[in-house]
Amino acid sequence: MLEIKNLYVSVQGKQIINGLNLKVNAGEVHAIMGPNGTGKSTLASVIAGNTAYEVTEGEIIYNGKNLMELSIEDRAREGVFLGFQYPVEIPGVSMTNFMRTALDEIRQYRGQEPLSAGAFLKYMNQKKELVELHDKLNNRSVNQGFSGGEKKKNEIFQMAMLEPQLAILDETDSGLDIDALRIVASGVNKLKTKENATVVITHYQRLLDYIVPDFVHVMYEGKIVKTGDKNLALELEEKGYDWIKKELMA
Amino acid sequence: MSNQQDILGEVTTSDYKYGFYSDIETEVIPKGLSEEVIRIISAKKNEPEWLLDFRLKSYQKWLSMETPRWAHLNIPSIDFQNIIYFAAPKKKAQYESLDEVDPELIDTFNKLGISLEEQKVLSGVAVDAVIDSVSVKTTFSDTLSKLGILFMSFSEAVHKHPDLVKKYLGSVVPAADNYFAALNSAVFSDGSFCYIPKGVRSPVELSTYFRINAANTGQFERTLIIADEGAYVSYLEGCTAPQRDENQLHAAIVEIIAHTDAEVKYSTVQNWYPGDKEGKGGIYNFVTKRGMCQGDRSKISWTQVETGSAITWKYPSCILKGDYSVGEFYSVAVTNNMQQADTGSKMIHLGKHTKSTIISKGISAGKSHNSYRGLVRINPKAEHSRNFSQCDSLLLGDKCGAHTFPYIETNNPTGIVEHEATTSKISDEQLFYCKQRGIDTEKAIGLIVNGYAKEVLNQLPMEFAVEAQKLLSISLEGSVG
Ligand SMILES: Nc1ncnc2c1ncn2[C@@H]1O[C@H](COP(=O)(O)OP(=O)(O)OP(=O)(O)O)[C@@H](O)[C@H]1O
Ligand SMILES: [Mg+2]
Repeated sequence: MLEIKNLYVSVQGKQIINGLNLKVNAGEVHAIMGPNGTGKSTLASVIAGNTAYEVTEGEIIYNGKNLMELSIEDRAREGVFLGFQYPVEIPGVSMTNFMRTALDEIRQYRGQEPLSAGAFLKYMNQKKELVELHDKLNNRSVNQGFSGGEKKKNEIFQMAMLEPQLAILDETDSGLDIDALRIVASGVNKLKTKENATVVITHYQRLLDYIVPDFVHVMYEGKIVKTGDKNLALELEEKGYDWIKKELMA
Repeated sequence: MSNQQDILGEVTTSDYKYGFYSDIETEVIPKGLSEEVIRIISAKKNEPEWLLDFRLKSYQKWLSMETPRWAHLNIPSIDFQNIIYFAAPKKKAQYESLDEVDPELIDTFNKLGISLEEQKVLSGVAVDAVIDSVSVKTTFSDTLSKLGILFMSFSEAVHKHPDLVKKYLGSVVPAADNYFAALNSAVFSDGSFCYIPKGVRSPVELSTYFRINAANTGQFERTLIIADEGAYVSYLEGCTAPQRDENQLHAAIVEIIAHTDAEVKYSTVQNWYPGDKEGKGGIYNFVTKRGMCQGDRSKISWTQVETGSAITWKYPSCILKGDYSVGEFYSVAVTNNMQQADTGSKMIHLGKHTKSTIISKGISAGKSHNSYRGLVRINPKAEHSRNFSQCDSLLLGDKCGAHTFPYIETNNPTGIVEHEATTSKISDEQLFYCKQRGIDTEKAIGLIVNGYAKEVLNQLPMEFAVEAQKLLSISLEGSVG
């Protein structure tokens, strides 16, 4: 579904991603771990199409399409979803209105009729239940005044609403309390199908107890330097990153 | 992102959405301004002597005045002798049904999306449509007249209710108030007149659609709204204008009088032709709007959505004379390309325990300039009065300007005046977030801007709010790259 080949990315003349390769198939869950500042969020942004970053080399193929030729919104409409590490606030725009607009756009792109107001509300309530979003968050402005954990939960709610094919969740687990973590993880699991794939970026092995990854990648200095199964995460939790750095030096 | 560039190119070069021209035959008088011209206007309208007098005196005052220069505007000099001061549709008549109306006119309404039929059925709004200078059609007047509500063109009121007109004309905005007010008082063409009798709440929103429609014709509307004791009315004014190559002057006056316990809500969506991308051909809009809270506990509320005009010079104000009277001003002003706006409000507190609120949301894009100018004055006798002002500016791009000029004069120690101001931008992060959810740039800006302006839009009557939301998005198309 997603294939990244020999990717190089820089921002303001600074090289951040250095020859990264990654392949994600439908039905898989991948975890990307790695020290702060190694370029995990940058990778997620580049896949989503953030123009602040310059791709100097390499390619990103998604469902046989060259992703680089698509606008940000078209990537989203093609099923790429990014759960933001730092979701932004949009004052005065209600979550309901925001989601309605987004869903209409995506449905239109796919040649589907827009949902009626009634059908939309019903659909939204189903999805709210899925992520146990029982409060009135959707009547409030997008992310405005949301607590850190609420923002993260809200990202998963949006993922549930938009039913992406490829979801990249950037540290969606950080800032969540134990219950919220379980809810978010079970939401992600419920949304999992044979046709879609999830990439979770995380610092904590804890999340991977709930969302069991098929692959765990270690990213370091802009590259994936090690790939293993879920046991790699346990090893990292125990030993940190130093041993990998040492391996690389050797 | 070539895709985005394409969209940008397309929308920035596309014609003004409401820029069309309609071909109604128009009766005009020669260009220029003189005592003679004023006499002709007055004669054509069959006016009584006292009104001609009012006009001539105003003209004399105007001659002694100069164009105001204090606004943060670059106003090209206007050749007042190159303007036609009177134009009336030739086929003027009062129609009973729409079938009798000039099909051209119906067509014009349809293009504007405000066909009278639709208005009647859908919104329950009585429409007094002013095309050029003479009212063509008034609806719902039957329903209204049963309640004693008078809603008609200004000219009609001069003949049918001369006492009311004589009593209130110029009572809130004296002819000598300012240069453009003097000009209007001398040459005003037509407008609306509205009187709500004691204790009557108008069951419908009264609405007027204004339109400039004859080439090279200055438009000088005159509106007078009187709410007698305990009366209530919500009044809507909306306008769009056809595309034009020459600058057109628009200098209107709106006067509102609210007696004891009366309330008037005045809402405007202003969408005059703003000119092309170089600012050529837009409307100059110099408006004097003022309300007098005459009686105790009276209330006047101004809501405006300003998206059009090349130049906007407009300060809807309230004089809070009655004790416990309330003045409100809610404004969204959008400027794009080369547009200039200097707008705001004046709240003059005279009575005790008077209260005023100013919420101003400026949105600037392109190379435009958008200024808020506001005066809050608490007079010595206005015990325990208070004002709250919130002036926000939103900038799209880095070639536009936003300016805030608040003037506060507190002459009574018990007065409380609060002023808050913010300036913000639509961030790349916000746009990225929206686009990542599948929403394109244009729609994203529309969403964000409407969110920003929500507090003001919420003040508008429902059907007007929807129209205003669309307008905001249209006005800003292609403004962020
Ligand atoms: N827009 C930018 N301008 C300048 N530097 C940037 C920009 N975005 C990212 N960087 C730099 O690129 C590097 C990688 O950042 P990135 O956010 O991708 O790291 P990360 O792996 O997600 O880190 P963390 O685990 O702390 O979230 C950092 O050194 C960061 O400072
Ligand atoms: Mg990160």
